[in-house]
Amino acid sequence: MKRFLLPLAIFVVMVGFLAVGLTLNPREVPSPLVGKAAPDFSLPQLHESDKVFSPKELAGKVWLLNFWASWCNGCKEEHPVLMQIAKSGEVPIYGADYKDTREEALTWLRRWGNPYQLVAVDEAGRVGINYGVYGVPETYVIDKAGKIRYKQIGPVDQDVLEKKILPLVRELQNQ
Amino acid sequence: MMRIWVLMFVMAIPGLVAAQEARPLAENPQAEARLRALAVELRCLVCQNQTLADSNAPLAEDLRREVREMIAKNMSDQEIIDFLVERYGDFVLYRPPLRATTTLLWIGPFLLLAIAGTALVLAVRRRQNTLPEVIVSEADHQRVEQLLSDGAKRP
Amino acid sequence: MIPEIGQFALILALCVAAVQGTVPIYGAASGNASLMAVAKPAARGQFLLVLIAFCCLGYAFAQKDFSVLYVAANANSKLPLHYRLAAIWGAHEGSLLLWTFILTLWMMAVTLFSKHLPEAMRARILGVMGLVSLGFLLFMLTVSNPFERLIPAAPDGRDLNPLLQDPGMVMHPPMLYMGYVGFSVAFAFAIAALLGGNLDAAWARWSRPWTTVAWCFLTVGIALGSGWAYYELGWGGWWFWDPVENASFMPWLAGTALIHSLAVTDKRGGFKVWTVLLAILAFSLSLLGTFLVRSGVLTSVHAFATDPKRGLFILVFLAIVIGGSLLLYAWRAPRVGLGGGFDLVSREAMLLANNVLLVVAMGSVLLGTLYPLFLDALGLGKISVGPPYFDTVFVPLMTPAIFLMGIGPLAQWKKASVPSLAMQLRWAFGASVVTALLLPFVLGKWTPLLSLGLLLALWIVTTAVINVRERLTHLEGAGLLSRLASVPRSYWGMILAHCGIAVFIVGVTMVKGFEVEQDLRMNVGESATIGGYTFQFDGAKDFVGPNYIAARGTFRVTKDGREVTIMYPEKRRYMVQSQTMTEAAIDSGLLRDLYVSLGEPLDAGAWSVRLYHKPFIDWIWGGCLIMALGGVLAITDRRYRLAWRREQEAAPAVSQPVGAPIV
Repeated sequence: MKRFLLPLAIFVVMVGFLAVGLTLNPREVPSPLVGKAAPDFSLPQLHESDKVFSPKELAGKVWLLNFWASWCNGCKEEHPVLMQIAKSGEVPIYGADYKDTREEALTWLRRWGNPYQLVAVDEAGRVGINYGVYGVPETYVIDKAGKIRYKQIGPVDQDVLEKKILPLVRELQNQ
Repeated sequence: MMRIWVLMFVMAIPGLVAAQEARPLAENPQAEARLRALAVELRCLVCQNQTLADSNAPLAEDLRREVREMIAKNMSDQEIIDFLVERYGDFVLYRPPLRATTTLLWIGPFLLLAIAGTALVLAVRRRQNTLPEVIVSEADHQRVEQLLSDGAKRP
Repeated sequence: MIPEIGQFALILALCVAAVQGTVPIYGAASGNASLMAVAKPAARGQFLLVLIAFCCLGYAFAQKDFSVLYVAANANSKLPLHYRLAAIWGAHEGSLLLWTFILTLWMMAVTLFSKHLPEAMRARILGVMGLVSLGFLLFMLTVSNPFERLIPAAPDGRDLNPLLQDPGMVMHPPMLYMGYVGFSVAFAFAIAALLGGNLDAAWARWSRPWTTVAWCFLTVGIALGSGWAYYELGWGGWWFWDPVENASFMPWLAGTALIHSLAVTDKRGGFKVWTVLLAILAFSLSLLGTFLVRSGVLTSVHAFATDPKRGLFILVFLAIVIGGSLLLYAWRAPRVGLGGGFDLVSREAMLLANNVLLVVAMGSVLLGTLYPLFLDALGLGKISVGPPYFDTVFVPLMTPAIFLMGIGPLAQWKKASVPSLAMQLRWAFGASVVTALLLPFVLGKWTPLLSLGLLLALWIVTTAVINVRERLTHLEGAGLLSRLASVPRSYWGMILAHCGIAVFIVGVTMVKGFEVEQDLRMNVGESATIGGYTFQFDGAKDFVGPNYIAARGTFRVTKDGREVTIMYPEKRRYMVQSQTMTEAAIDSGLLRDLYVSLGEPLDAGAWSVRLYHKPFIDWIWGGCLIMALGGVLAITDRRYRLAWRREQEAAPAVSQPVGAPIV
């Protein structure tokens, strides 16, 4: 008799998975870079184009790397949250202006405010590829040893900030 | 009349001018063919469900550019794939690599076939041993066949 | 006002469905004839009500009533009328209405063609279908109401997704749904039989034509969808193993298995338990497809806009319908008889083996489609399963199935003799192998897959020829014509459908083996030659359509200096959704398609252009149509009509099992 229950058993297992599946976002791709060293780069700065920026300069600090662009809607959405972090001074934010034009990026920052310590210009999007960026905004938490510890895909909101990013930053700073 | 002649002449011009051969879009068609062969097995990350070859998304274009450069640098297919997997994970591969987590995916169909095949043979054997020889009798069949052919013959 | 009438009709339909889903089933269980008699008028009333709702939505689209949210979201004042009407099923809510409408259409058909059925059986069948329809009506009225108002009304609509503004897409969903929902009849028959405990050969005979009709529609629906992808997506591909495509392919595989299994149950009384399971499976997979497309658990090019609430609703519905059916199955199936015994080499065994292969293939598609979800749910990472996987797995599973396709119809029921089969088939086998090995050399290229594909196609055709010859020599009758006439149509249907598969395989093999593609940069006046055809680019001009603007290129195609055709590919920009569409130009032919699509404009009137020469590609869809025609031929068989007439005369007798006694 048991074999007649087999289809039902398979189906029950499948429904279980489908139910869990409803709570997941199939479009979010976790980064294999979390836990690995942040890829090095050397990019011209936005405000002073004759200077370059390299993450090596920040060794020994915990910092956020935020990929953004003036053409990106999600960046506008997370902007107030970034401003709030900048104001609290809890953790420095460095920006990477992804596939953007210099003028538009500068105008955007003048208009909405600049939460960044410094902005590097990734005009061709190559550094973005090295970081596995597939849609701006994306934010990386990088520790004192230069390792990526967390990646936020999509806008940083209050919830993510308070529940994930800030506790992690504090923990890393105390290490 | 004259005008018609002129018109016909003008219309014929594109045909008259010795047609020039169009150039391939890519500088290097061999490299492009290799890119294509690679790109159809890679998934575009931003799109819903498209290959890197088919997608027009800006990131897909950037990635094609990267792959082109890697081909120009004479990197092997495996090196190029590793480059992408390092950054985006197994998600970019439409042909999932065989790992502990994908074993079931790859052997599943054949395992299923083996189980179903065995079950089939066992079930048929068991039937042969336990069931009476004939259940639908030959006479029944004759009757049905008779009815069918009668029906078919009727206009 | 009209939309409110539509909504009211749906609410009434819901009430009727609730009655239809309970009263007749109770009546059948308690033997109360007057309760059972409720089924027929209820089904017809429900059909009428859903028809009214459907027309109301159509009217709102025709009248451009942008105070209806669904109309405003999926139409525009500039959208032509035929696309406005097709927009009824252009998005989630309306396509659900189409689903439900088609379900009531099938119910209506059951009331019309069930005079020969015992009263209790019909009551149960319509009751089960009423329950399914109840679920869908409830779904629509709670979280997917197509008649929801938008107040204040939008000044203009957001337009139909440009991808769907295409004749192929107009017909694809109704055909596909006719197939999906058509399996609900076979499902309802199976559940009714399980409830009533009379799973006999008569049950199989009743189910067969219904299943075949649904299968024909599904076949055509899938072919239309694939053809649409071929010319509308602009990549020249015809099947992408996308989750949504897989969702339509799985019921097809299960349905194909069901058709064959029903044949055995009908003719030999065997496989009953298996046939019932397949009937449940085919419809369950249709429902699963509906869930996958609408819940957002998988990403796909074609998925509807999604909403977790809707996903949850369908999942619960799915769990109740499928879970309930499988529970009923587990409870009742052990009491169903086994049917006649047969040898390992017999037509039964081969049909069963074929069934196993089809179901394993279906299982593999299911596994590949859901595997990324399984891993993600277990937190084991994200992967993608795409065409390379399915191609790798599918070919080895289908190859033996196709070999069996050649042998099965020649084998005798119960016990076939291996030596005599070998004798009958040796020429077919030899000729197929030799031709398949040599033909690719003649065509100019040899690869193992090319040879394998041709071998399978040739095998099907040569065995079919032997089969027909065999059949004719065993018939009595004077002339060939009278013997031909005495072969039943269902037999011809089978042969035709099998040959359709051969045609399909030729198409796939030739396209994969010999298609040529070129990406070019074409200046005005320049030309390129592929597959012996010379394409000369005469420039692109601007062109204004009803709701789009386009650049339309002109390509003069010549072969050996003679003009073949002029092709006009377009690059359209749909204004409202500001979406760019590539409308490829295709010159179809029996032996090849020429395919031109415009890429991007370059400097000085030049364009990037993609040219394809695709040999035999139309055989892919031609093969599907031939399969469907085979199905149509089979259901026009005199036997069904005759059987019905006989059963009508002796209605009470048929409820007696004619096969095995219930053990």
